[in-house]
Amino acid sequence: MTDPVQNGDNLQQRPQGAVASSAAASDLAIELIGINKRFGAVHANKDIDLKVRRGTVHGIVGENGAGKSTLMSILYGFYTADSGEIRVGGTPHAITDSRHALALGIGMVHQHFMLVDNFSILENVVLGAEDSAMLGPSLDRARKELTRLEKEYNLEVDPDAIIEDVSVGTQQRVEILKALYRGADVLILDEPTGVLTPAEADDLFRVLRVLRDQGKTIILITHKLREIMAITDYVSVMRQGAMVDTLKTSETNPEQLAELMVGRRVLLRVHKTPARPGDTFLSVENLVVKDDLGVTRVKDVSFTVRAGEIVGIAGVAGNGQSELLESISGMRDQSSGTVRLKGTPLSLEGDDGAHRARKAGLAHVPEDRQRMGLITGFEEWENAMLGYEDDPAYGKGVILDIPAAQAQARERIKKFDIRPANERLKTALFSGGNQQKIVLAREMERNPDVLIVGQPTRGVDIGAIEFIHNQIIKMRDAGKAILVVSVELDEIRSLADRILVMFDGHIVGEADPATATERELGLMMAGVTDKKAPPAREAAEGKMP
Amino acid sequence: MSSALLKPLPRWADVVLLPLLNLALAFVVSGLVVLAIGQDPLAALNAIVTGAFGNGYNIGYTLYYSTNFMFTGLAVAVAAHAGLFNIGGNGQAYIAGLGVIAVALPLQFLPWWITFPIAIVAGAAVGGLWGFIPGWLQAKRGSHVVITTIMFNFIAAAIMVYMVVNVLKPAGILAPESAMIAPEGRMPKLGAFIPWFKNTDVNFTLILALICLVGAYFLIWHTRFGFAMRALGQNPTATRYAGMSNSRIIMIVMTMSGALAGMVAVNQVFGVQYRLVLDYVADAGFVGIAVALMGRNHPVGILLAAILFGALYQGGNELQYVIPGLSKEMVVVIQALVILFTGAMEGLFRPGLQRIFMALSPRQKAGAIEANSVKSGG
Repeated sequence: MTDPVQNGDNLQQRPQGAVASSAAASDLAIELIGINKRFGAVHANKDIDLKVRRGTVHGIVGENGAGKSTLMSILYGFYTADSGEIRVGGTPHAITDSRHALALGIGMVHQHFMLVDNFSILENVVLGAEDSAMLGPSLDRARKELTRLEKEYNLEVDPDAIIEDVSVGTQQRVEILKALYRGADVLILDEPTGVLTPAEADDLFRVLRVLRDQGKTIILITHKLREIMAITDYVSVMRQGAMVDTLKTSETNPEQLAELMVGRRVLLRVHKTPARPGDTFLSVENLVVKDDLGVTRVKDVSFTVRAGEIVGIAGVAGNGQSELLESISGMRDQSSGTVRLKGTPLSLEGDDGAHRARKAGLAHVPEDRQRMGLITGFEEWENAMLGYEDDPAYGKGVILDIPAAQAQARERIKKFDIRPANERLKTALFSGGNQQKIVLAREMERNPDVLIVGQPTRGVDIGAIEFIHNQIIKMRDAGKAILVVSVELDEIRSLADRILVMFDGHIVGEADPATATERELGLMMAGVTDKKAPPAREAAEGKMP
Repeated sequence: MSSALLKPLPRWADVVLLPLLNLALAFVVSGLVVLAIGQDPLAALNAIVTGAFGNGYNIGYTLYYSTNFMFTGLAVAVAAHAGLFNIGGNGQAYIAGLGVIAVALPLQFLPWWITFPIAIVAGAAVGGLWGFIPGWLQAKRGSHVVITTIMFNFIAAAIMVYMVVNVLKPAGILAPESAMIAPEGRMPKLGAFIPWFKNTDVNFTLILALICLVGAYFLIWHTRFGFAMRALGQNPTATRYAGMSNSRIIMIVMTMSGALAGMVAVNQVFGVQYRLVLDYVADAGFVGIAVALMGRNHPVGILLAAILFGALYQGGNELQYVIPGLSKEMVVVIQALVILFTGAMEGLFRPGLQRIFMALSPRQKAGAIEANSVKSGG
C-alpha cells in the first residue's frame, strides 16, 4: 500500500488470464451501440458505443455532467434512449424499466442507498422480491440464499441486524446483496466510494474482486482515477456526453486518463496582464468541514488570497472543494478553523452566516446556481437581489421598492448582456449561461473585496464563457481578491494566477499556471504522490487502496 | 418517470379550470348521495344556492361564515408560501378566544370602537403564540410543524375547556361559557347599518378580513420579509446561500399564521357571541386548508373560496329546512365531499388535464422534456 499506482498494477496481474479467455469466447455481458439521449437542448449521450466483457470490472470515468449517469440510467431502464441498441449477453433488448433490467440480470447499487432504515438486513433484501403475501416462507428462503451468497462471495453480514445500526460500508454490502439476491449478473455501482471511509472502500474493492473472480461483471462509475487504476480491468472515458476512449487499465496511467477526461481542446487563454498582488484579503486557516453525512470533507486547509490575484483551486470533483466554498461563504458550519477577511475573522456560524459574510464584503457565485444561487421559480429581477434584499437600494423600511429593483435588474441585464432581456421572466426559462450571468451580475455589481466563484462556466455555452472569464479578470484588475474553484483544468490554468490542487480534502500542492504542465497538475489531482506534498497527506494516502 | 414529464398547466387552467372541475365532481357525487336516499338532487342544489344567496339575510350569514374562512384560509396560505403546512388553525383560532375575552370583559364599559382594536391585538397575540411555539420547535428542534400543530389543536381544546369551566364561567350559570360583554360594550353587527343584513351575524370583522386579505397580498409580494418567506418556501438551500435566517423566517411566519387564525376569535367572541363559549371554531381551521388549496394561496382566490365555503355552510343549513328528507347530517356529508374533492383531492384531475393540454400542444411537450432535463441535470 505504499505506491498506489504500483499497487494498481499488481492488481492487474491476476485478472489478465480471465479476461483473455472470456475475450476469446467473445463473450460480451453488455453491449451498447450508438446510444443517443437528449434532454431538450442538452445532448447528454452522443452516439455512445460501449462493450463490457463478462467477468471484468469495467470502469467508466468522466467529469460531472459527462453523461456517465445518464448512460447507466439508460442501461438500468430509468431513461429510454432516443436511439441506439442495448445488447445483453448478445441479444438486443429494449429495456423499459428497472424491473426489466433486473430480469435481464442487471443490478444497480445507487450512490444513495435505497434501504429501509428500520428494517433488518434480511427484510431489506427481501423487500420487493417477496414470493407471496405471507412473509415467513420468503424470509426463510432468503435467509438460506443469503447464507449461500455470503459464502460464495465473502460478503459476511448479520441478516438480523437493523440497517440504521450498521456502518455505511455494510449498508452498501446489503445493496450489493440485494442485487445478487435478485439474480444480478451485471452490477452497476455509481460512485460507490463517495460515502465510504478508506478502509471501507478497501473492503468494497476486495468484495468486487471476489465477485469478478466468480464470474460477475461489474461496471464502476467513478471520477476517482486511483480507484480505476486499483480495481478495473478496462476503463472507458466519457467527456461532454461522448465516449472518448476505452482502454485496458494495465496499458494506461492516471495522467493519460486525466488528459482524456479533461480534454485537450484549445486553452481558452484570456488576455490578462501579470497579476500585481497586494495585501492579503482572504485568509483561510486550518479549516475543517464536514458534509451533511458527517464525513470530513475539508481536512485542515490553509491558504490566502491577495488583492489583485486570482487563486484557482483545481481538483477532481468531490475532493472537498464544494464544502470548502460553502464553508468560506457562510453556508455550511465549519468544524474548526478561521476565515479572515482583510485580517478580521468572519463569524460564519448560524443559518444567516452567508448574510454576515456578504455584509463584510465577500461575494459568492455558487457552484450549483440552480440549487443555491437562484430560485428558479422567481422572476429574474427577484433573483437579481437575492441575498441583498435588505439593501436600501430596494426600498425604505420593510417595503420593497419593486420599480427600483426592476430598474436595476434591467440595467444589469444590459450590462451583462443577459438574454432574453426581460426582468419579468421566470428564471427557470433562462439558459444556463444566462442564469450564470444573473448570478455573476448580482455578486459582482456589489463591488465586494473578495469574490469566490464555484465552477464559473459549468453548463455554460462557449459564447458566454469568454464573457464570464473577462468579467472575473476585470474584477481582479480592480484590485479584488478572487478565489475560483473549477473541475475544468483548462479553466483554472487560463484564469488563475496561482493554482492550488485539492485532493481528498487537502491542498496537496501549489503550482504556477505559467510553468506547470497539464501532466503535473493531472498527477496532483489524481492524488499521486508528489515530493512537495505536506506530510498530512501521506497518512491519508496510506489508507487508500 | 412518465409523470415527471408532464408540464405544469397554464395558469388559467390551474387557477380556474381545475377548481371548477373539482367542484363539479363534488356536486356530482353529492348529487348521487342525495339521489341514493331518494331525494331530488337538483332541488337540493337549488335549495343550497337560494339558501346562500337568496336574500339579504342569507347573504349576511354566508358572509359571516366566509369571514372565518378568510382568516383560516389566509393562515394556511401565508405559512404555505414559506413552505410550512400549518394545520393548527383550529387550535390557534380557539385559544385566541382567551385573549379576546381577557380584554373584552374588563373593557366592556368602553365604546366598542376602542375595544375592537385591542381585542384584535389580544386575539392576534394569543393565536400568534400558539403558532410561534410549533414554529420555534421546527426551527430550533426540527420537530415538524404538521405534527406539532395537530398536537397543539388538542392542547388548545383541553385548555379551553378547563379555562371556560373552571376560570371564566361566572357562578350561577349552568352552561359552560364566560360572562357576557355588557350591552353597551358590544360591537353592533352590520345589520344595524345596512338593513339588508338585518338580523344576521355578519359584523365589522368582515371588514377586518378584507383588510387582512389586502395586507397579506402586500406582505407576500411587496415586502422584504415576504420576499424572504417566498424564497424559503421555494428553495431553502438558496435562502441559506442568501444568508436569510431560515429559522427566523419559520418562527415569524408561524406567528403570523397563528395570529391570522386567531382573528376567528374576534369574529366569534367579540363580533357575534359576546362571550366565550366552547367549540365556537367549528372546524373553521380545517376548512381553511381547503380554502387555501382551492384559492391557490392567493388572497383573491382565498376570498372566492371562502365565499364558496361560506355559501355551502349557510346554504347547507337552509337545505334541511327546505327539504326535510335531507337531515343535518346529510348537509355535513355534502360539505365534507366538497372539502374532500376541492381540498384533499385537489390534484385529482391535474395529471389528466396536463396530458390533455400536452396532447393539444406539441410545443408544451417539448417544454416538458426541457423542464425535466433541467431537473435531472444531465
